[in-house]
Amino acid sequence: MTFTLNRRGLLKATGAAALVSGLSMPSILRAQAQTVKIGVLEPLTGNLAYNGTQCAAGAKFAADAINAAGGIKSMGGAQIELVVVDAQSRPEIAASAVDTLAEAGVVAFTGASASALGLASSQAAAKYDLAQVFSIGTAETIVERGLPNVFRFTPGVNKCTSVALENLKQLNAAAGNPVKTAAIVHEDGPFGSNMAKIMAEQLPQQGIEVVETISHPTPHRDFNNIALRVKASGANILIPSNYLNEYTLMARALRQQRAELMAIYSILGGAASNIKFVRENNDVAQYVMDCNHWYDPNKPESQALAASVAEAGLDLTYDVMVSYATIQVIADALERGASTDRKAMIETLAASTFDGSIMPYGPTKFVNGDNVNSQPVNTQIRGDKIELVFPEEYATAEPVFPVPQEG
Amino acid sequence: MSSLILPAVLSGLTMGAVYALVALGLTLIYGVLHIINFAHGSLLMLALYAAYFLFVHLGVDPYLAIPILLPVFFCLGYALQRWLIAPMSSGSEQNVLLVTLALALIIDNLALYFWTSNTRSVDIPYAYNTVEFLGAYLPLGRVIAFFAALAAAPLLWLFMTRTRTGSAIRAVAIEKRGAEIVGIDVNHTYAICFGIGTACVALAACLLLPTFYVTPQVGYTFVLVAFTTVVLGGMGSLPGALIAGLLLGVIESLCGLFLGESLGQIGIFIAFILILLFKPSGLLGRRAA
Repeated sequence: MTFTLNRRGLLKATGAAALVSGLSMPSILRAQAQTVKIGVLEPLTGNLAYNGTQCAAGAKFAADAINAAGGIKSMGGAQIELVVVDAQSRPEIAASAVDTLAEAGVVAFTGASASALGLASSQAAAKYDLAQVFSIGTAETIVERGLPNVFRFTPGVNKCTSVALENLKQLNAAAGNPVKTAAIVHEDGPFGSNMAKIMAEQLPQQGIEVVETISHPTPHRDFNNIALRVKASGANILIPSNYLNEYTLMARALRQQRAELMAIYSILGGAASNIKFVRENNDVAQYVMDCNHWYDPNKPESQALAASVAEAGLDLTYDVMVSYATIQVIADALERGASTDRKAMIETLAASTFDGSIMPYGPTKFVNGDNVNSQPVNTQIRGDKIELVFPEEYATAEPVFPVPQEG
Repeated sequence: MSSLILPAVLSGLTMGAVYALVALGLTLIYGVLHIINFAHGSLLMLALYAAYFLFVHLGVDPYLAIPILLPVFFCLGYALQRWLIAPMSSGSEQNVLLVTLALALIIDNLALYFWTSNTRSVDIPYAYNTVEFLGAYLPLGRVIAFFAALAAAPLLWLFMTRTRTGSAIRAVAIEKRGAEIVGIDVNHTYAICFGIGTACVALAACLLLPTFYVTPQVGYTFVLVAFTTVVLGGMGSLPGALIAGLLLGVIESLCGLFLGESLGQIGIFIAFILILLFKPSGLLGRRAA
């Protein structure tokens, strides 16, 4: 069969097609579920780009999973649309990026990988009555400013440090209290400095003397001096709090300077819970323990996330996990509130009792914007895996403490 | 603390060698040709990625990558200057500044797009090897970088002073119009110089990779110190860059040890301010006529 189409025929056909499509368009639009916009404000460039990109990926996995499961059902199956903006690892950009999110019409947003960025963005968001559910923001100042739009789902530095020290106490006691002295190495921003201060106060109370405290900038090029000082201090354990790049250089320098430690016990360590560090520095990574944000690996949704991350060829880091969870929290608030009104969203989030996230938390309870039922867990690098070793109810392996000495 | 001074000085010397290596290329481009190359850090990052990918995909050791990457980056530098920077800047120094800045932004963002912000490092068998010297353990990779810097600076100096190309570069730097009149192809000479500077960056990258990491932002970790090294050593002075690099490494290390690592870099900038105040031409630089 052949068709011939002359100029007049073509015009008729085009006109008919236009008419049909024009008439049918409204019905197509009516059939589509509405979308609801959630902001993702992360440092996609600059020093914190790795963390920010991982967080953005986590948010996308969560949105995809929620959309695939039918979207926000109370809003007619509304699909989540993420509006991702780059904080460029700079607080002033994080603050101005909030304007972009507000103009885009987001109902709430998640972010921003570092306390300094989150402090700036949440302050800026307050004038729009725009809720920020923090993916990571450990500085306590975040929840001490009385801003009603601030919701920190993950634990802050105080809780992370106190839980980490309590866990260390239990590990040490179980091993016969071999650890008597500790050295602290921390980045010199609010995150590391606050933590060092708390540890210096609390470690002596559990019989561990702090024999050396060293701060360093980010980025930092040379860790030889730091390794030398740790070694010279004779500390039994090292407690570092810094980001991935610096942690990697530090771990190498410690090995090169032959620092003999019973354990490296990180608190919110940038690399100790990062599979990339395990892969590329496997030798020095062994038995490094961390107290950090981590998901409950036994939950089916966690396992689905791990599979999605592996399929996408990404690293499964805590950034991915917490960002995934914060989108879950916002989606739950949308489900309960069934509204895209920003003030209503703040009220709904404040009343959240969500207990379906992938994190090993109890039901969400925000007190002054801080989720009091959040908790960090202990992980340990074993072989080519990161195992959850503490608390026992979530553990995938037994903790090894102190580490077996070489030779 | 006193027992740490010698290891800290030695550690500073080996770190300073890395600064000197990065600064050698810059002092040629910035010091000799007065091209403020904002893309220097980005080219260092590019070279680090090149060495990284050679290692990961072809199993080429970073040190064995030197003979591969040096000519490649020489050609890249030559091409950038000859067919991008020179035509776009039209001989204006302000335009050069803007063009190299734009180049840096483009390279950085392309790196971010293609290779993401992931931190990468190489896991090589000798990564944790050290050299014991006077009771201090020095990372093998940094010791190699130290001796490479000691060799590279005099070799480049010999090239600049004993070869016709080197003489042409110096002639162009001193009197461009005069050089042109005596038959020197100025554009070609500029491009040669830029190519050599970029090849130096590749050398620095190959020597840096075994002891450092790679990210799209890594160039900025070194480029500011490299500019300081060039000014401290004297604009265009290759031995000056070497001495200044080593000096800055030691100053930074000792300041880190005594003032705390957070304040370690203060020493670098105090040295920079002092040299600007008391010897603006740098340690081995020539006084302006």
